[in-house]
Amino acid sequence: MVKWSDFERATIQDIFSKISYDVVGSAALSRCLIVYPWTQRYFGSFGNLYNAAAITTNPKVAAHGKVIMAGLEKAVKNMDDIKTTYKDLSVLHSEKLQVDPDNFNLLGDCLTIVVAGQMGAAFTPEVQGAFQKFLAVVVASLRKQYY
Amino acid sequence: MSLSAKDKATVKAFWAKISSNGEAIGADALSRMLVVYPQTKTYFSHWKDMSPGSAPVKKHGATVMAGVADAVAKIDNLTSGLLSLSELHAFTLRVDPANFKILAHNILVVLASSFPKDFTPEVHVAMDKFLAAVALALSEKYR
Repeated sequence: MVKWSDFERATIQDIFSKISYDVVGSAALSRCLIVYPWTQRYFGSFGNLYNAAAITTNPKVAAHGKVIMAGLEKAVKNMDDIKTTYKDLSVLHSEKLQVDPDNFNLLGDCLTIVVAGQMGAAFTPEVQGAFQKFLAVVVASLRKQYY
Repeated sequence: MSLSAKDKATVKAFWAKISSNGEAIGADALSRMLVVYPQTKTYFSHWKDMSPGSAPVKKHGATVMAGVADAVAKIDNLTSGLLSLSELHAFTLRVDPANFKILAHNILVVLASSFPKDFTPEVHVAMDKFLAAVALALSEKYR
């Protein structure tokens, strides 16, 4: 069981209530595909990913960014048992999508950077700590069903 | 994953924009590292105060960013340019090189939060590659 302090709980709820899922999801996935281009291996059906401009304007990338944010929202709403909440998602990523779980950390880093850009000075070191702890729990839960 | 001519140009142009804030960036990045990755505090147990924005953190943040500025100037040959810094980290400080990645991440977070309009995905990838190259050069003398 993950223990969340009051500050961590409040911070995660606050961040996710304030950010635009459309903007953040799309920006984070775009950055992941641009900064870590090998991640493009999982998106062969997305069409034009040839350069940064193509990626940031690709409608399939934007749509998938929203899917990712919807997945994260499940964790935000079930912070006390993300592991169980993510059981099916973990099986999906392992068995069907066959994503190398190290990629979860890459997307996580991009999410952190995008949220930092959105929140500016409000993204204090303590807020960053809470956000990264949340992402670490999400990643661990997504890894859980891999074998 | 070596730096292309475009990467180097992007890094130099971005650095020119932000370098006057070097000390503040360094202090912020170091503060974040100590808070978000508490295991890094083990290298600074000799400081009276490791809290964000404290005097030792500010001073050391400035030192670190001066090193990064030096690396920008020596971007065409980081390995030879950062040789003495590598010796310092390898033989005297003995910082586990895994921590270079941690500090690099926090520098990127500071850049994103302080310069959201300038820290585009293109700048992000160039800076990420650059900081990784710096980390590699710093690791040169370890073994």
